[in-house]
Amino acid sequence: MSKVDLSQFTFKGLERPVIEDLRTMSAADKEQLIMSGVDVDETDRSASFLHMDHSNVHCESNDPNVEIMDIKKALAKYDGLPDYFWKLIDKDKDEFTRAAAENLHGGYFIRTTKGVKIEKPVQSCLFIKADKAGQNVHNIVVVEEDSEVHIITGCLVADSHNAGAHLGISEFYVKKGGKLTFTMIHNWGENVTVRPRSYGLVEEGGAYLSNYVLMKPVKDLQMYPTIRLAGRGAVARFNSVVVAPEGSHLNMGNRVIMDAPETRAEIISRTITTGGTLIVPGHIQANAVPARGHLECKGLILGKGVIHAIPELEGRVAGVELSHEAAVGKIAQEEIEYLMARGMDEEEATSTIVRGFLNVEIMGLPAKLQETIQKTIAESEKDMF
Amino acid sequence: MLTIEDLHVKIGEREVLKGINLHIKEGETFILFGPNGSGKTSLLMTLMGFSGYTVTGGRIIFRGQDVTQAPSFERARLGLGMSFQRPPTIHGLKTRHLVQMCARGRQVDPEALAGKVNFTEFLDRDINAGFSGGEIKRSELLQLMAQNPKLVLFDEPESGVDLENMQLIGKVVRSLLSGELSPRAELSMKEQKSRTARSGLIITHTGYILDYVNADRGQVLYNGHLCCEARPRDILEHIRSYGYQECVRCLN
Ligand SMILES: Nc1ncnc2c1ncn2[C@@H]1O[C@H](COP(=O)(O)OP(=O)(O)OP(=O)(O)O)[C@@H](O)[C@H]1O
Ligand SMILES: [Mg+2]
Repeated sequence: MSKVDLSQFTFKGLERPVIEDLRTMSAADKEQLIMSGVDVDETDRSASFLHMDHSNVHCESNDPNVEIMDIKKALAKYDGLPDYFWKLIDKDKDEFTRAAAENLHGGYFIRTTKGVKIEKPVQSCLFIKADKAGQNVHNIVVVEEDSEVHIITGCLVADSHNAGAHLGISEFYVKKGGKLTFTMIHNWGENVTVRPRSYGLVEEGGAYLSNYVLMKPVKDLQMYPTIRLAGRGAVARFNSVVVAPEGSHLNMGNRVIMDAPETRAEIISRTITTGGTLIVPGHIQANAVPARGHLECKGLILGKGVIHAIPELEGRVAGVELSHEAAVGKIAQEEIEYLMARGMDEEEATSTIVRGFLNVEIMGLPAKLQETIQKTIAESEKDMF
Repeated sequence: MLTIEDLHVKIGEREVLKGINLHIKEGETFILFGPNGSGKTSLLMTLMGFSGYTVTGGRIIFRGQDVTQAPSFERARLGLGMSFQRPPTIHGLKTRHLVQMCARGRQVDPEALAGKVNFTEFLDRDINAGFSGGEIKRSELLQLMAQNPKLVLFDEPESGVDLENMQLIGKVVRSLLSGELSPRAELSMKEQKSRTARSGLIITHTGYILDYVNADRGQVLYNGHLCCEARPRDILEHIRSYGYQECVRCLN
């Protein structure tokens, strides 16, 4: 990755006023929000959170079992959240974590009620509105015992030509028997630098299911979200769908550490480059048995670009079952011809194969969100062929 | 429906079809026999317009149009439909979705069509992913039903199919060829008649399919040449008794 010069970005003074109703935002902003998975009507969401530049501008829960507030409020209310704040990630890990620790702008604190399955998804949105804004957020999610929640996070810039830096710390706690589905849609721009730092801890019988979608250009993104399966029977699954257009430089991995028996891990990524550079590491480490892990990394180079898949399996005790499947290639001519023989022209056939390859359906997202993603894929297909 | 004139085809440097002449009329089903490697599949692939099959001479006229150089999707849209022997798996493409795409905007009910080939449980599976030989046949037929082509090209409908499924496949092929799958209620008699004029070109080794379809003409493809035109059952009988050796004599 190229060296990031954080001094280029404005990390102070971009405070924003409260937005009571997301529908009152400008049409352009709303459109961007919608494309990032946000339901601006909030009818299909149990809670909503919007952080713009340096401020939390909107925070609302429609479900008594979802506690949601700005991280600064949560720190004040809960004595600095001693059990959760900077417990999974080292403040001094790198310059980005340090920047986020020294000058915290906000971020969400979300907690479920023990034993309750939250029906509608919770949505959060991290929005860079001003040109050259630098954003430091710290998010904490606590899924209490035997509760379930789906969080949809959209991260975006107001204008795809704007410059910006997003430094995001996320700590996830899935307690015994809890289940967190975490869907993240990145909708950055060609001049945006992104450094998420995410770590999750899953206790006995818990599940962490991640869906990640990135279709738009982003100048420079590096992340390696890691989940530690700490309790018996815990499960982690990462599912990523990524398109890297020309100008994008992405280094995005996933790591699962299996520290308890009967755990399962799955890392699946589908990547397409149409000119961008994609480095896709993946790492499953198993320290207990029985443990089953599978890593699947498939890449398509359409035209030009680089895909560098680095699958790593690390068994540290006899009896682990880890496997991987990695392939970087092109669309098979035979598949195109098969569909053409059914009456599709070459473009239709290629697009059908690409959509199948990206296989967004596998994420099981709400229908409206899935439609939005399909729409974005359709748009980015213009660069593909 | 289909006229093939002096068709020469090469795969790479090798000539696999060496001057084929064939005419299939509307409503007619033609049966193609021939030993392994004689070029039968190559003929179908060439008719469908696959890359790798280079036409070095001759013409293919389909429904009055010279399609010799046409891309395969144009041939498909003109009404040419083919059942593949070894179709590729397309990950993430559900059978249901492909069936809908085969219909090209016409209303089809994938559940109902799948019901006809006992394939409803497969609608939500990725197309051809882990399908057995017999399942591929049913899947291909399902797509053809949605496509509803004027001329059906079928490569060995009975290969890899158990007896029970043979009956199913035979019946479906028959209904495909009779055109009875077309929506007809709102059509006039004249339109109905034109709708029912379906043709077929079927490759078979065993001849089981003859129990189900009305086919009165057949020929043997031997080493890239067509020969021995006769009634399909007679050809089959002849091959059973004397093998393909006779064809050599026939060709000379
Ligand atoms: N892609 C290819 N490359 C090279 N040779 C090929 C290719 N495809 C077919 N051939 C050759 O062309 C000849 C004709 O093959 P074809 O598949 O048309 O035979 P067939 O009559 O369908 O045989 P079968 O009864 O075994 O299905 C064979 O000798 C075969 O090996
Ligand atoms: Mg063959």
